[in-house]
Amino acid sequence: MRLPVRRPGRLAAEAAALLIAAAVAFPLYWMVLSALKPSGEIQSTHPRPWTLSPSLDSFRRVFQQQDFGRYFLNSLLVAGTVVVASALIAFLAATAVTRFRFRFRTTLLIMFLVAQMVPVEALTIPLFFLMRDFGQLNTLGSLILPHLAFSLPFAIWMLRGFVRAVPEALEEAAYIDGASRTRFLWQILFPLVLPGLVATSVFSFISTWNDFLFAKSFLISDTSQSTLPMALLVFFKPDENDWGGIMAASTVMTVPVLVFFVLVQRRLVSGLGGAVKD
Amino acid sequence: MTANSTAYKARPTPAPATRPRRRPASPARRPGWTPWLYLLPALVLLGGLLVYPIYQLGLISFLEYTQAQVSGGEPATFQGFGNYSALFGDSQFWQVLSATVVFAAACVLATLLVGCALAVLLTRIRAVPRLALMLAALGAWATPAITGSTVWVFLFDADFGPVNRVLGLGDHSWTYGRYSAFALVLLEVLWCSFPFVMVTVYAGIRAIPTEVLEAAALDGASQWRIWRSVTAPMLRPILTVVTIQSVIWDFKVFTQIYVMTNGGGIAGQNLVLNVYAYQKAFASSQYGLGSAIGVVMLLILLAVTLVYLRLVRRQGEEL
Repeated sequence: MRLPVRRPGRLAAEAAALLIAAAVAFPLYWMVLSALKPSGEIQSTHPRPWTLSPSLDSFRRVFQQQDFGRYFLNSLLVAGTVVVASALIAFLAATAVTRFRFRFRTTLLIMFLVAQMVPVEALTIPLFFLMRDFGQLNTLGSLILPHLAFSLPFAIWMLRGFVRAVPEALEEAAYIDGASRTRFLWQILFPLVLPGLVATSVFSFISTWNDFLFAKSFLISDTSQSTLPMALLVFFKPDENDWGGIMAASTVMTVPVLVFFVLVQRRLVSGLGGAVKD
Repeated sequence: MTANSTAYKARPTPAPATRPRRRPASPARRPGWTPWLYLLPALVLLGGLLVYPIYQLGLISFLEYTQAQVSGGEPATFQGFGNYSALFGDSQFWQVLSATVVFAAACVLATLLVGCALAVLLTRIRAVPRLALMLAALGAWATPAITGSTVWVFLFDADFGPVNRVLGLGDHSWTYGRYSAFALVLLEVLWCSFPFVMVTVYAGIRAIPTEVLEAAALDGASQWRIWRSVTAPMLRPILTVVTIQSVIWDFKVFTQIYVMTNGGGIAGQNLVLNVYAYQKAFASSQYGLGSAIGVVMLLILLAVTLVYLRLVRRQGEEL
């Protein structure tokens, strides 16, 4: 695939790639930079792309905000629960629709596809009433349950490719050797599909971690149950935005996702290739 | 399966003792209740938190449902198509609908063009610049929509943002004008959604066997010809997937519009359907009307899905 490209052409392509990379990374650089700038420099009308006197004041303001640590833990708890539960449930469902032939299988598959298209935001209204009727308003459950449900269709759809890639001969060999269905499922199939599960969990992690609509709509009065996006909004003030605080809080919120991404990066690329190749 | 069993028959039958014993019934053959058992948790969750809310959404859209009904002061009364006729009679709805369609189309086009172009670029360069571009893209992808939105607003801030300084625009406000505000949101959406397309298409290109491309190059095909006649057709399933995902995501953009234009822009000039429904329901407590907008969105996306399914079927793919 690496075709012979003449040198000047490749150098130009590489220069372009580096320029684009710089442009794409710039907003993130500016976010961290602004978080580190002392407040006088942020308010300057002649912003410089560097700072000579970095300060942690903005971060201090963020962490001293009441209950910030709690918001962070809440966010982590919600996202963690959704990622683990959705991976397990989606794995079971994907196994069912790829390794078995049964009535309504195709119908189910189409429904999983259609379910991905549902505008989640439009469902905020009925979900609000549902959570109210079950006494889940102002609890973390009101975030976990909907996110779990909404991450499932895409996860199932993506995992199918991975489950299908495990050769059927392996399954038959396992049964011949006397393995039960459950044993095959958890001790053979599960480890083999794990890379796919990792790739899939990126999506459920991001959508849950980023959520701000459900948090805004379902956690109305009990701020001890709030999540990070809400903490970010505190710094938006009608008269004067505290940009240093906003950028510091944004940095704090972005870092866990970045870490997660870097960890699964390799699997993600091969995972996406596997999922769409199927 | 069938091929195997005929192979067994064709084989000269040895002594009964060593005769290949009948294969244990493959689970694909006699599934019984097992698949439904595996599906149970997923179906329960989806039924309770997706299907039932959709049903309720439809129900509420036919009701007079405002603050009075929510607090239980008045009973919810059936309105028939009252909410819908109010909606379709409102010129703002049509304005928002067309803005949504145009905005989503622009986002999808921009995302696909940039994503595909950069994926091709990635295959042409050596490891170090490739890694740089990949990391930058992953960073943009990983950024939560809400932080991405705030950072972009800050970059284009009238007073303290660097963009206006560099372009020498003084204190020009990007969110004041309708089109410049939409353009700003589009840039942010492009920034955070091209990486998915780039990474996926790049993975797809890498999966194309080298020999095919080398053969084409040896036969004297130009780069463009190779892309058009070899790479693009082989990538078609992937391109279908990323296109449809982009359509779905960009049609539902919520956080970016909400945060960057402060809930839909001045006098609602930057509303898209999603934010419009939310504002109608939660800001002005017209839950019935908001639900009707939700139903309209649902129907539009359903139509997109059906088109997609037809495409997939026509390509002869098995579900």
